[in-house]
Amino acid sequence: MTSMPQPGMARCIEPAALQALIDLLAQEGYLIVGPTRQDDAIVYDRIAGLDDLPAGWTDVQAPGHYTLVRRDDDAFFGYAVGPHSWKRFLHPPVETLWRALRDGDSFTLAAPSAPAPRYALFGVRACDLRAIAIQDRVFRDGAHVDHAYADRRRSAFIIAVNCGVAGGNCFCVSMGSGPRADAGFDLALTELIDAAGHRFLLEVGSDAGAALLARIDNVEASMADVDSAKAVVSHTAAHMGRHMETRGLKELLQGQPQHPRWDDVAARCLACGNCTMVCPTCFCTTIEDHGSIDGSSAERVRTWDSCFTLDFSYIHGGSVRTSTRSRYRQWLTHKLAHWIDQFGVSGCVGCGRCIAWCPVGIDITEEVATLRVAVEAGNEAGHEHD
Amino acid sequence: MMPTMDGDAWRPSVYRVARVVREFEEVVTLTLRPEGGNRPAFMPGQFNMLYAFGVGEAAISICGEDEGQGGFVHTIRRVGAVSHALASVSEGDAVGLRGPFGKGWPLSEAERGDIVFVAGGLGLAPLRPAIEHVLQHRSHYRRVTLLFGTRNPHTMLFESDFGRWRRGAEVDAVVTVDQADAAWRGSVGAVPALVPRATFDPKETMAMVCGPEVMMRFAVASLRDAGVPAESIHVSMERNMKCAIGLCGRCQYGQDFICRDGPVMRYDRVASRFSIREI
Amino acid sequence: MNTIEASLRDHPLFADLEDAMLRQVARCARTRHFDAGQYLFREGGPADAFFLVRQGLVALEAHAPGGVAILFSTLGTGEIVGASWLVPPYRWMFDARASTATHVISVDAACLRSQFETDHDLGYALMTRFLPAFVKRLHATRLQMFDLYGGPTS
Repeated sequence: MTSMPQPGMARCIEPAALQALIDLLAQEGYLIVGPTRQDDAIVYDRIAGLDDLPAGWTDVQAPGHYTLVRRDDDAFFGYAVGPHSWKRFLHPPVETLWRALRDGDSFTLAAPSAPAPRYALFGVRACDLRAIAIQDRVFRDGAHVDHAYADRRRSAFIIAVNCGVAGGNCFCVSMGSGPRADAGFDLALTELIDAAGHRFLLEVGSDAGAALLARIDNVEASMADVDSAKAVVSHTAAHMGRHMETRGLKELLQGQPQHPRWDDVAARCLACGNCTMVCPTCFCTTIEDHGSIDGSSAERVRTWDSCFTLDFSYIHGGSVRTSTRSRYRQWLTHKLAHWIDQFGVSGCVGCGRCIAWCPVGIDITEEVATLRVAVEAGNEAGHEHD
Repeated sequence: MMPTMDGDAWRPSVYRVARVVREFEEVVTLTLRPEGGNRPAFMPGQFNMLYAFGVGEAAISICGEDEGQGGFVHTIRRVGAVSHALASVSEGDAVGLRGPFGKGWPLSEAERGDIVFVAGGLGLAPLRPAIEHVLQHRSHYRRVTLLFGTRNPHTMLFESDFGRWRRGAEVDAVVTVDQADAAWRGSVGAVPALVPRATFDPKETMAMVCGPEVMMRFAVASLRDAGVPAESIHVSMERNMKCAIGLCGRCQYGQDFICRDGPVMRYDRVASRFSIREI
Repeated sequence: MNTIEASLRDHPLFADLEDAMLRQVARCARTRHFDAGQYLFREGGPADAFFLVRQGLVALEAHAPGGVAILFSTLGTGEIVGASWLVPPYRWMFDARASTATHVISVDAACLRSQFETDHDLGYALMTRFLPAFVKRLHATRLQMFDLYGGPTS
């Protein structure tokens, strides 16, 4: 038996050991969620083992486009990201905040009955680790703590995966969020498939990760394996599908609320809100209060909402943002500019989901680049006549 | 001053309706007292989230403090399902309340100078506790002016307070209406037009403005025109608030969350977006 | 500086007018007093003067069938009452009634207009004072039209 694994050290494991890891997590009571192939997309769902993973599949992504095709190997993680992100577990789409019961002429509040499951998030990409860290700032690290989020987050076990392929819409390198997972995980995998076989380089990110690793078969990673893992990430970094120039982006966007370019994107945008639903950092919600028909009980439910809906900005008398132009501007400016003022970090992680799942293929990187060119060229609304 | 509600700002506490005053038309003023314990302290300009059981919750500014009885006073206009339910309560009914939230008026910064309050319609409600504070600490302030615009003489909010505020010329309170009737002896016209008629030292004045956004834009223009520096003007903004604690994202106004960074905001900090549509 | 010149100088409209020009205006000006309820002018009458309010409140009204006056604006201390004297046919469009005892400086319109014709510098200096006041009043009137305080149901 080798020495006890420590945070920061690299080990090497076989696929069978990865199955053993999943089994151990299940024994520990974790609800394990990871990538599965459903409805021609890779989505995160409950998994029992390696058989549930989309082995041998990859995705082809472009603006408004996502398809799965076979790979010529059996890689477990040979794809980028699909429509789901991990926020559906840590910041669920529908969440009961409290229930209340009529109590004579008053009422009393009770906590929601079901305690949150302890999640093991299996196969978290670097961009999504950053997204989780960003939502931590929103829900956990501000003046008001969302206790339910903080509880789910505290009890979660995270197994990251360094990306072996760059998707056609990926630009994590531009956002400084990937493709290598460098923090925020318990264990991080790099999948290696070569003449030496199918195996995983495994890095330890926490004491909990180290403790779990100690219970599965592992060997010290060879220098060759460490180099191979580095090469995998470098190759991915060199093949980003997209690029976003972030230099001066906050000032650029905050200085251009009236730019005619917003009208151009508004002419294409359907205001469907898909981008906000697939975005791993979009956190906005609505709060609904429901009462039972006999008036004896009530509950407050929080659901994901989108700044693209008319209702989002409704104040008595009407909505503040009635035009698609203003709603797209709100989303993009919040994501890439205001977010930095609010949370000290950009709200974009470069995952490219909003590009793939936009029904009309609006590309956030292209919108930013076009706006930048237009602003730098001094284009303004209106025409000059001779 | 942040509320403490079992450590969970999502959960309303039960308050009892102690008094219901019908102001006019669809506007009522409620006095709410906590069921057990004391209400949390508040600053004039802050708001509470009021909950009608099973119907929903609305952000309502605090318009008074229930003199020694440990409650909050709120003025509500029936505009939607929630405000309709809240405006229809009777004495003794239970409602939910969480708060107070947000930033209030700069009453300590305003000390030793003049104050100009500019209010339009129900915008007088969040200024009322500020006016009361100034009266309680009258010697800390110099000239105090209230310019109040309302629709017509029948929509005079807090009419009974005006006499008290004016007593001994403690507050120079001027009311103007959009539409007058034959009996009206006061001013007619938009409230920003009262600014040039008021007496204050613009460089030593703190202006506090609350009303519909359009009215606030005009009022700020009048105050700037009168020589009041942008950093001495404060406005109370309104956006859709659901959580009141900066988590739901709905009340964003540029980089600010109105629930957390407002509702009272220093004008120079919002000037660049003040006139931009649909922000 | 005589009394009327000093009164003009006290009014915000002429606070920074050149001395020579102030004297020219003063030649057309006199102080007047209106008791509460007295009319400064009536709709349809010749717009032969304008009024600078020194103290008091003036109500502008239109009259409608049934004898009901529609009071749409009040003008107070430091403001100017009357614009129709500037544009032909120099007829008042509304009634102006003193709401309270009101002290004004009344400026003879024909006297001032004839000085404008011969002294464009004076005309320009006064127009740059009249126009902002009237534009601001136009803005305020628009705001008043919005009926902002009625709430969405109204």
